[in-house]
Amino acid sequence: MTLLRLALAYARPYRTWVLAVVALQLVSTIAALYLPSLNGRIIDEGVSTGNTGLIWALGREMLIWCAVQAATAITAIYFGARTAMAVGRDIRRDIYRKVDSLGALDISAIGTGSLITRNTNDVQQVQMLVLMTLNFMVSTPIMCVGGIIMALREDVGLSWLVWVSVPVLFVIVGFLVRTLLPLFRLMQERIDRINDVTREQVVGLRVIRAFVREPFEEERYREANAAITDTSIKVGNVFVLMFPVIMMILHIVTAAVLWFGGYRVDAGAMNVGQLSAFLQYVLQILVAVMMGTFMVMMIPRAVVCAERIDELLGTETSMTVRERGATALPSAGRVVFENVTFGYPGAERPVLDDVSFVAEPGTTTAIVGSTGAGKTTLVKLIPRLFDPQLGRVTIDDVPVDTMDRHQIAGVVGLVPQRPYLFSGTIASNLRFGNADATDEELWEALEVAQGADFVREKEGQLEARVSQGGTNVSGGQRQRLCIARALVARPKVYVFDDSFSALDVATDARLRAALAEATGGATVIIVAQRVSTIVEADNIVVLDNGVVVGQGTHEQLLESNETYREIVESQMSIEGAGR
Amino acid sequence: MSTREEPTMTEPEENPTGPAVETSEASAAVGPDAAPEEEAFIPGADDLGAFGEGAAPRKPKNFWPSARRLFGLLAPHKVKFVVVVALVAASVVLTVIAPRVLGQAMDVIFDGAIGRALDDFAGVPIEQVVEILRSQGQDDLADMLAGTANVIPGVGIDFSRLGQLILTVLGMYVVASVLMWAQGYILNRIVMSVIYDLRKRIEEKLHRLPLSYFDTRQRGDLMSRVTNDVDNMQQALQQAFSQLVQSALQVIGIAVMMFIVSWQLALLALIALPLSAIIAGVVGSRSQKLFTEQWKSTGQLNGHIEESYSGLELVRVFGRDKEMLEVFDERNERLFTSSFGAQFVSGMIMPLMQFVNYLQYVLIAVAGGLRVASGTLTIGDATAFIQYSREFSQPLGQIAGMANMLISGVASAERTFELLDAEEEEPETATASLPPRTDGHVEFDDVSFSYSADTPLIENLSFSVQPGQTVAIVGPTGAGKTTLVNLVMRFYELDGGRILLDGVDTRQLSRAELRGQVGMVLQDTWLFDGSIMENIRYGRLDATDEEVIAAAEATMVDRFVRQLPEGYDTQVSAEGGSISAGERQLITIARAFLANPSLLILDEATSSVDTRTELLVQHAMSALRTDRTSFVIAHRLSTIRDADTILMMENGRIVERGTHEELLEARGAYYDLYMTQFLGGHVEPEDAALVGAPVGLGAQPDAEGTSPEAPAEPEQG
Repeated sequence: MTLLRLALAYARPYRTWVLAVVALQLVSTIAALYLPSLNGRIIDEGVSTGNTGLIWALGREMLIWCAVQAATAITAIYFGARTAMAVGRDIRRDIYRKVDSLGALDISAIGTGSLITRNTNDVQQVQMLVLMTLNFMVSTPIMCVGGIIMALREDVGLSWLVWVSVPVLFVIVGFLVRTLLPLFRLMQERIDRINDVTREQVVGLRVIRAFVREPFEEERYREANAAITDTSIKVGNVFVLMFPVIMMILHIVTAAVLWFGGYRVDAGAMNVGQLSAFLQYVLQILVAVMMGTFMVMMIPRAVVCAERIDELLGTETSMTVRERGATALPSAGRVVFENVTFGYPGAERPVLDDVSFVAEPGTTTAIVGSTGAGKTTLVKLIPRLFDPQLGRVTIDDVPVDTMDRHQIAGVVGLVPQRPYLFSGTIASNLRFGNADATDEELWEALEVAQGADFVREKEGQLEARVSQGGTNVSGGQRQRLCIARALVARPKVYVFDDSFSALDVATDARLRAALAEATGGATVIIVAQRVSTIVEADNIVVLDNGVVVGQGTHEQLLESNETYREIVESQMSIEGAGR
Repeated sequence: MSTREEPTMTEPEENPTGPAVETSEASAAVGPDAAPEEEAFIPGADDLGAFGEGAAPRKPKNFWPSARRLFGLLAPHKVKFVVVVALVAASVVLTVIAPRVLGQAMDVIFDGAIGRALDDFAGVPIEQVVEILRSQGQDDLADMLAGTANVIPGVGIDFSRLGQLILTVLGMYVVASVLMWAQGYILNRIVMSVIYDLRKRIEEKLHRLPLSYFDTRQRGDLMSRVTNDVDNMQQALQQAFSQLVQSALQVIGIAVMMFIVSWQLALLALIALPLSAIIAGVVGSRSQKLFTEQWKSTGQLNGHIEESYSGLELVRVFGRDKEMLEVFDERNERLFTSSFGAQFVSGMIMPLMQFVNYLQYVLIAVAGGLRVASGTLTIGDATAFIQYSREFSQPLGQIAGMANMLISGVASAERTFELLDAEEEEPETATASLPPRTDGHVEFDDVSFSYSADTPLIENLSFSVQPGQTVAIVGPTGAGKTTLVNLVMRFYELDGGRILLDGVDTRQLSRAELRGQVGMVLQDTWLFDGSIMENIRYGRLDATDEEVIAAAEATMVDRFVRQLPEGYDTQVSAEGGSISAGERQLITIARAFLANPSLLILDEATSSVDTRTELLVQHAMSALRTDRTSFVIAHRLSTIRDADTILMMENGRIVERGTHEELLEARGAYYDLYMTQFLGGHVEPEDAALVGAPVGLGAQPDAEGTSPEAPAEPEQG
């Protein structure tokens, strides 16, 4: 049902084309149906009476119908393909726009991988089904009904053969298809399973070898392999049955038509030509039924895909932009967290609990805390990747949920924990947040980010190619390019989420020194592990299990805050051999 | 009278693996043949489960050798295979002869009908009737009657003969159907058993290939060989092959029958042959090109989708959605145009072929009618001929389709064979064995190793580690730290020298035995799809839940697992999921902890863990390390400082060794490294205690290189 609704909804704009397909296929099918009748007349009126002139005349007529049939069929294909591909294009477009409108939480609930599959593969399935439907499903019923009408026209006395054979074929093919459907579903699961196992084995190769788990993995694979082989054999067994059975039915019907038709001919109730035409009609009907039933097999897979697409398209975004009123957009970049509480859906306790702090323009605020304390979540609230459940985040007194994404992007620049670059060139990546930046500006940003040297050494320099994710530059280089990218955008608020981790201390220090100058009057918020990075911050926010347990300068906190002291001491014990 | 009206869509429907029609486009992008400009898409593609769908059409490099080898796979089933071919041949012969018999039945009816029509001449011999008709001026009718020897004026249809013929035909078809079924049944089993073995061989091969094989190849490509290509081969063997044999035999058989029935009409029917060939050639190659175009644009669009979803947060933070949308729309539109073209042109083939088919049908109907009218052909032969001519074009179309599938299958086979033929690890030559618990005495004796011959990495390295010692390996990126520990694991084979474990050359040990003694925690965390419990238990498969939890407690895993709603049953996967990078590392540490090995290797095992947690883990680790030898590669100083021996590496050589204090006093490379780091921190010496700056002792401006030495960072936000 979902499939049907989805397909119909998306085919609606192209209903003229769909109508054209139906009309053209109608003509084409009628032409195809008319041909046996002409052939019958050639036998009855031409051959039986030895009238060669009539044979020629009917032959010409047949040729014309042939041409009509081919022309309409091709035109129908044209509109069918156009419609199906347009439907696919439109669904893809809507999914893409839908994803764009969704909040980061909505998206993580679905999963990036699944989103991609839905936008690509799933649409493909639905689109192919629409195509097949337009190409065959329309002509099949026409062929069926037309064939029956034409057959009846030839001789009603044999019509019972149609009424018997069509349902029999229906039942038998339907039975086979019904046997196949669950097997197909199982098959798909098992294909997925064996692919997953394979993928894990390739990805985890070193670990498997290190733990000598080859026998274990081989067993896991063997199970998956045996399962898929088993299902394949079952599917194959049904398949090899299908064709012979269908052929047998067709041949039995042929024989029956000849036998009973013979009696009617003998009784003078029908002509030989009519018999021959009738036979062809019956076969045409049966073949049409068969084709239609085969087509049905494509449906279950498409249904699953359509459901997944529909679910996505039906997802309500949790990220609406509230009315801001007359307030102007932020100009200074004063970030304020007011009693912010945030938890991931389904989690037992919030990640952030009643967090409040202020980050003033021109100052640096550091966020510290242990693994899982909620640091990354906290900074993600600033560019409004999430909305807090309670409290609010404002920039210059403008709540972030009253700004649209572009307005926020103009104010906040984030360097993520996981440095990610897009495929393209270094320049295209750096201009990501500011398309109009000049080359000079790019180089300036690179200088600050301590990335100018390695970019200069690269072939093509700014135009050097970057692969997706930035996998062709090292982790440290990636991180510096991400920092430069944020600098090029010149935001009011800089957010660095553990962005210096892949840098050695010397580079880190140089970078921070340069950064202090470059960021000037902007607000800087830094998440960091290293105390050396934190120590110079104007304000340090100490997070523990999502709660702010202390705020102040390094000295103040060292004096007064137990958690902070622990963090620093742990670093001393781990790092601090330097005496 | 035809039995099959349409050139049936055999390929898609008869595909026992299910999805065939729908998926070829999507997967093309993943395929290794993707054009260079799609390169960007490939790395991500293998994370999507996008592989495992149909396969891109491929062109084999050496068709015949690979084809021979592909069919060589059937060799163990030779006898059954011969049976299959025999069954196909027999059933084809029957189905080819049947229409002829059917034609005879038609003749009986026709003769009877004419005889009935000549009631007026009842009892008059047919020759006389012909003469009478001629005298009446009905020459055409007379001609026709002259050609039909079996018309007896006044006598209707000979039902006993008709019944006989019909039963014969039925019998032939039933037998043919049974034979077809039998061959399909046997072939299905043969092919599936061949494919099962093939998959098994490939998987086993994966475990025997040297790591260097994987270092130099794209993961997506490799997986595609194991999945898509095997599927493709299955299809080729299962369908293409028997269809091809069947169709070829049919074409020959039908051609022969047509010539037997009427060589004049046969020549006429053959006109369709070149016509069909031209259509298949012209339209087919055009659609091939369009399909390539479609695959390309599919790849580009999917690449863009993949990329914009993977970098979604950044797209938002930088407010780039509009630009991404523009690119999407442009590529989406391009895909529409190209796929529409491909579908239209390829869809044209069928109606065009049908047109040729009808054309032939008309020609034969007319010519046949004329010949019947002139008495040179019976009506039965004419109908038989019509059926033959229609059945003629169908196997031809199938041959074309199957040939494509077969070519594609052979190309896949080629790629699979490449994998199977790849050079394996040196075979096991285990001549020695170790006691169940080794002391952990490790000795490098004049070891040389390089990844590629022209860039030597480790040369003539010798050192030994006493049992129970902790060895820290420090040095800049590319110094060979990870390589060194990989050599202990025998992940790579030495170019020279030897490594001894408790005095036994590791090459004399089986890899399993050697690695069984070693616990390794790698820099890139690997978790498989499964629960946290299962992932930890991977370290020791027979561990009880209590033992797993004990290991988890010792490695600080328990602490965060308890906070997860589903606890140890929480599902994790290779891609990430609900737990952070640091937590993933802790799980892999727990795994090694559980394995309880005699030798421990920690390669940047705690790089994503915060310092406080690390401290706690370190306590556990030191418990793990007591009484066993450990190799530690780390940034962080405390580990290094506490080590019994520090190996300072540069360019594959150990330039210094000793304790932290010794090396500092020596004022050599270690001291320099240490001081650079230290001074780089811009911290006054007296603050050092508080600040504890030196972190990057490894002096790595780039913590992760792209060399095999430093595996890529785990994808984790």
